[in-house]
Amino acid sequence: MAIGVKVLERPIEQTSYVRATLKGMALTLKHLVNRDTVTIQYPEQKWAVSPRWRGTHRMLTTEDGKAKCVACGLCPTVCPANCIKLVPGEDENGNRYPLVFEIDEFRCIFCGYCQEVCPEEAIHVGRHYENAEFSRDGFVYDLERLMAQTHPVSELWDPMDPKGE
Amino acid sequence: MTLVALLQAATGYTTTPNGLQHLTVPDSGWAWFIATVVKMLLTFTIYMVGVMMVIWAERRICAFIQDRRGPNRVGPHGLLQSVADGVKNIMKEETYPGEAYLPLFILAPVMSFIPALITWSVIPYGAPWDSKWGTIDTALAPMPIGFLFILAIGSLGVYGIVLAGWSSNNKYSLLGGLRSSAQMISYEIAMGMATIPVLILAGNVSLNTIVSRQAGWGLHWNVINVTVAFFVFMVAAFAETNRTPFDLPEAEAELVAGYHSEYSAMKFSMFFIAEYANMMTVSALMATLFFGGWDIPFTLWDNVAPHTLIKTLVTFAFFWVKILFFVFVFIWIRWTLPRFRYDQLMALGWKFMLPTSLVYVVLIATATWLLEYMGVHPASWQFAVAMLGLNVVAVGIIFGVIDRGRLISPAYSRLDKRHIDKLREARYGRARLTPATSEGGAD
Repeated sequence: MAIGVKVLERPIEQTSYVRATLKGMALTLKHLVNRDTVTIQYPEQKWAVSPRWRGTHRMLTTEDGKAKCVACGLCPTVCPANCIKLVPGEDENGNRYPLVFEIDEFRCIFCGYCQEVCPEEAIHVGRHYENAEFSRDGFVYDLERLMAQTHPVSELWDPMDPKGE
Repeated sequence: MTLVALLQAATGYTTTPNGLQHLTVPDSGWAWFIATVVKMLLTFTIYMVGVMMVIWAERRICAFIQDRRGPNRVGPHGLLQSVADGVKNIMKEETYPGEAYLPLFILAPVMSFIPALITWSVIPYGAPWDSKWGTIDTALAPMPIGFLFILAIGSLGVYGIVLAGWSSNNKYSLLGGLRSSAQMISYEIAMGMATIPVLILAGNVSLNTIVSRQAGWGLHWNVINVTVAFFVFMVAAFAETNRTPFDLPEAEAELVAGYHSEYSAMKFSMFFIAEYANMMTVSALMATLFFGGWDIPFTLWDNVAPHTLIKTLVTFAFFWVKILFFVFVFIWIRWTLPRFRYDQLMALGWKFMLPTSLVYVVLIATATWLLEYMGVHPASWQFAVAMLGLNVVAVGIIFGVIDRGRLISPAYSRLDKRHIDKLREARYGRARLTPATSEGGAD
């Protein structure tokens, strides 16, 4: 025994190496033949995200294809990450609409406040996470791009129905 | 033609004690020469493809053991993963440490790789083939010195590792190399001693003789006749190939990557291939020495004339089944056992394996002499049964008595005395708790 290695006296039946080895081999063999693989084969097979998943944003549109947004300014106000850029405009009938509506997905923390605060149910966070881009510029989504998204939107947590029933 | 004649003289004749076969080299030099070239090409091809497949198998099996999937993208079931890795490694940049001694740094991967390959030249793959040009032996070079050659070449493998460690000029690499040399020297002795019972039974060191002694129904396989030697050989084989639980030379927790820390791209790949090549070589050796080589158990079909090509091919396939079984055992053990501590490694090698194999040599020598004295023919079933009985007792002693904390010194543990008493209580009940047992204090 090397110097400095402390060895504890143990019950003799606990010190068999071969038996412990065989036990271990039986365990690994059990996993080998009867395995419980939980790995998801990602590009082909996707994880079912929660209905409350908050991912890539989406701007909903009216039936005639315009953004529902009325440029009230609530979402840039509530946004804790300050990632929404909104320049409001007004047409000849006095209807407000966003001249510029940009979301920087890099700054966004996906808290979902924008969706929660929106009086028109226009801006939403979506059940979507595959938003990789080749350049940083690609992560600033303008209004057109937000309107072009088709993924399902998130169902935010409702305090009246906490379990989502 | 002089070279051919010289090589032919070196291979020589082999005869068997039980008279099942008489192998001769073909008389015609050219037939022999062509056969040898074909065997060389076949051996090399099968071997390299085998190494690739074994690397794939290791990755798949370890993944399955850990409930993962393993490589499954490149080719069907990821079979071509090794090809993709090879292409990647060839394309990669080779880096050289500034302070490395380059001649040895470059030579080392080759030196670890070649010995594993050379060993294959003496292993018989299958039953000899009685072709119309003469009997063709399936070993590439059926040398009369067979096993001695393997021992000599096997010891060379450590040079590659030691030189890699030293020439890298890196303290971790050097430590890995030193560990490797210490380990290989310790276990080589036990390995050599473990094969002596096999050689005693065969009465020769030629691998063809060793295989033909085991030929028959499977009762004369050395694993039955000299079981303890097989276990010692297997443990030593794990140590020789640096596989877990003996992978101290590349203990990543302590030594980065051990002797190949400084290697990149194809040179690293060479070490990697060498590891798996060694694994296959040692598996083939275990199959040859202890599991009858190419012999098919429970039948005499493969042992009697005529020795057709079909028999050669079937026995060849069967030999590979045995090799792959041992390769699987290697992989299985690797993903089961944790690495030994250094003192455990040395203690196991010098204090258990060497004495055991020495005692066992004496035991087997005495037993064979006694059986012969009593008039039991070595090829008879009585001989095999008597040896089996002896081995059951020997294995019982080793695994039942010696393997009680003496085989591997137990690890340091923070179990306190109370815990121990509780364990004892669970086992024996309170009545058996004598004052003597509670003396062993915590720390």
